Amino acid sequence: MSSTFVPMAETFAVETWWVQIIKGVIIALIGFTLIPAAVTVERKLLGRFQHRYGPNRAGPYGTLQAGADILKLLGKENFRPAASQGFLFYLAPILAVVAAVATFAIVPLGEVVTIFGQPVGLYGIDVGIGPLYVFALGSIAFYGLVLGGFASGSKYSYLGAMRAAAQLISYEVAMGLSLVGVIMITGDLSLVTMVEYQQEHLWFVLLQPVGFLIFVIAAMAETNRAPFDLVEADSEIVAGYMTEYGGGGFASFYAAEYLNMIIAGAIATTVFLGGWAIPFWPDAPAALGPFVVIFKTFLFVFFFVWIRATLPRLRYDQLMSFGWKILLPLATLNALITAVVVVAI
Amino acid sequence: MPHPEHDSYFIQRGPEPGGTGGVGRAFGETLRGLKTTFNRLVEGVDTVQYPEEKIPVYPRFRGRHRLHRFEDTGLEKCVGCSLCAAACPADCIRVVAAENTPDHRVSGGERFAAVYEINMSRCIFCGYCELACPFDAITMGNDFELADYNRSDLIFTKEMLLAEPLERTPLRAEGE
Repeated sequence: MSSTFVPMAETFAVETWWVQIIKGVIIALIGFTLIPAAVTVERKLLGRFQHRYGPNRAGPYGTLQAGADILKLLGKENFRPAASQGFLFYLAPILAVVAAVATFAIVPLGEVVTIFGQPVGLYGIDVGIGPLYVFALGSIAFYGLVLGGFASGSKYSYLGAMRAAAQLISYEVAMGLSLVGVIMITGDLSLVTMVEYQQEHLWFVLLQPVGFLIFVIAAMAETNRAPFDLVEADSEIVAGYMTEYGGGGFASFYAAEYLNMIIAGAIATTVFLGGWAIPFWPDAPAALGPFVVIFKTFLFVFFFVWIRATLPRLRYDQLMSFGWKILLPLATLNALITAVVVVAI
Repeated sequence: MPHPEHDSYFIQRGPEPGGTGGVGRAFGETLRGLKTTFNRLVEGVDTVQYPEEKIPVYPRFRGRHRLHRFEDTGLEKCVGCSLCAAACPADCIRVVAAENTPDHRVSGGERFAAVYEINMSRCIFCGYCELACPFDAITMGNDFELADYNRSDLIFTKEMLLAEPLERTPLRAEGE
């Protein structure tokens, strides 16, 4: 009897191995470049929402402010509280960043193109379990939060970590269920296939409006954005799990947070807004793909900032009842109805 | 609407929170909030970029003091009477008077201020010195940028107060 190797997840690579390494580095760098961009966009926009300029001193229109902040943070002393647990305390921010960057690898920025005679897919990896990969790494990133809060040996950090645990578990369920409808329609878990399906048919934002809404709301909760920022509610628990972090540790958590926001926007773009597809231009050049994806992602960043400028933070019981009593039943109903319709057609 | 029997009023209450209707209302109110903040975004910026851009002050603005001379003779108006120092609630003015002599004539009166110092780090800019002065020798100017690195630099001497100030503060007419 011959044993067949069944992989846990299939990855579809069109490149040779060395192209994959170069591609991986470039995609990680793109991710790290988008972080200061998102920070700048958020701070400038938030300023405009409040009738002020936002940062406008460092560099032209304040564009160098985020870079200056990162440099400042990295130049600071790396101290830790006496009550903290050293290994975990330093592991936590690394875990958060690694998980965030690894999640970014799955975002499809474009289709397969030929660069210098080599076929290159404009994405980190195309795994056969797309959204599951996102959720799996999201859970690892959440270890970073909880470990950081736990290892700090501070009450505020601990409170933040406990809140993170409760909130992320609650909203991950609704987030996962909101994607089930899309997965059922596509019949595939690969994000690249999802985009191709949307190019041929209709964008999922029109096919699955409820799922889209639930996904965006749950994504805001998953990335600890206002109004779901109880995890780091600065008026209540200082900065939550990252209270005791300064310098590089804080910078890492901060970067991971913004990268998670970008990833949430990018996944929403991929799954619901047609990824690299440009409406009414089916044969757009493939090189435009990454720009289209980043543009659509920043539409989501704009929306997240808009929401932050508008809504006050939820109370803890409101957060829980909203997640469990409204989002989860809605997502389940959406999945059920989609299942019935998919089977019927 | 007044209550028919008691001395009280019926107040119409808002809808109860929660429930299916509550979700709908919350959603609508969220959209309304988003519209409100978006209008703020469109309105533009109210910030005045201060060091580059200054809001002009009115002539009645009480800024840094100035001492004055007679325009025709060039003599100082201050006669060293110390009324300003007496009126000063913060006790920040120090005047030491000296006699004018025919060959050393400084002021229009009999005496002049040999020392005239205002400690700007104590001054509360109330303008009582201006009111107390019988010769309009001291007035409040319109300069408000007085920050300095040393406290001792904030003690303004007579020469500094007499000197024509730098045009640092834009002025606007009353009612403008």
